[in-house]
Amino acid sequence: MADEGAGERPPKGPDPTDAELHERLKSLETRLGRAKRSDEPDAPKADGSLSGSAFGRAVRLSSELVAGVLVGGGLGLGFDRLAGTKPWGLIVLLMIGFAAGVLNLVRSAGLTGSGKNGGSGSPPQS
Amino acid sequence: MADPIQQFEIKTIATLGKIGPYDIALTNSGLFMLAAVGVISLLMILGARSRAMVPGRFQSLAEVSYEFVANTVRSSAGKEGMKFFPFVFSLFMFVLVLNLFGMVPGGFTVTSHIIVTFVLALLVISTVLIYGIATHGTHFFHLFVPSGVPMFVLPVITVIEIVSFLARPVSLSMRLFANMMAGHIALKLFAGFVVTLGGLGVVGFAGAILPLGIAVAITALEFLVAFIQAYVFTILTCIYLHDALHPGH
Repeated sequence: MADEGAGERPPKGPDPTDAELHERLKSLETRLGRAKRSDEPDAPKADGSLSGSAFGRAVRLSSELVAGVLVGGGLGLGFDRLAGTKPWGLIVLLMIGFAAGVLNLVRSAGLTGSGKNGGSGSPPQS
Repeated sequence: MADPIQQFEIKTIATLGKIGPYDIALTNSGLFMLAAVGVISLLMILGARSRAMVPGRFQSLAEVSYEFVANTVRSSAGKEGMKFFPFVFSLFMFVLVLNLFGMVPGGFTVTSHIIVTFVLALLVISTVLIYGIATHGTHFFHLFVPSGVPMFVLPVITVIEIVSFLARPVSLSMRLFANMMAGHIALKLFAGFVVTLGGLGVVGFAGAILPLGIAVAITALEFLVAFIQAYVFTILTCIYLHDALHPGH
């Protein structure tokens, strides 16, 4: 901040005039406005924007897929035990679970245009 | 070599009573959770005490954490999401402090137990469900029925949507747990190599340099992971809360 102001200020000499002060105040206002705007986006962003690090992103995406398959398999096993339809419930629900995993994966990568899950049609961010 | 799994062992510190055949005990896990709550409360109380225009150390720490979480909530859950701010802030601070406690030598990493992270994720999902159904009623279930889908694939899509919703708490908890556990095991393994090789004399000393370097690098990475995972947990909570606020639009 200090070095930005230093360029505009004369190093020695008379006090700055009113016009100069006014000018400086204006530039400060525009800069503050810019900083505020970048801080507070109006619309919720896709969570693809949290790409803090590639590593975090990789772990996040892979766990989505694994969780989908696990939940599908678990539901399938439970359904089979209740309904006695071994092994069809497991087979069908495992596939559905895989589909759900891929859906979650694509969504959390911010690639869908479906207006849900924060994906609301925003372009993919990497 | 030291057992890399040993650090995750639950030890009973004091037994408080019994319910049926089960002991109600204070374990090292419970002790670290209490310590985390204590540290967070202390930070916030000290931070809010002076209320200075120019913040001191504790105050700026408290302010930074507030600003950070508030910005996350605003950008992911929208302005209305701020009604959940206390919940999200507590979750973030709790997970972050527990992750960082795991980095203290000799400390215990509570978040490396899937039951802990799963209960936290269940808390998030039940908040979403209860709030969503309470405010939107049956309209909340439009979350599972996307609009503009042809009739003949709608049943399949709905089932997939329901399973993908059920997968959320699992992926939320598994991510945090797997990250913390894997990181700590890797750290312990490389540190164990250093000790074992160091005991082999001059050749061992030379061989121990590489694992020592890796152990130092993993330690730095683990601090990063501790922070990132707390952040990811928070931001996904916000995104799910966004669904509860605006289902299926």
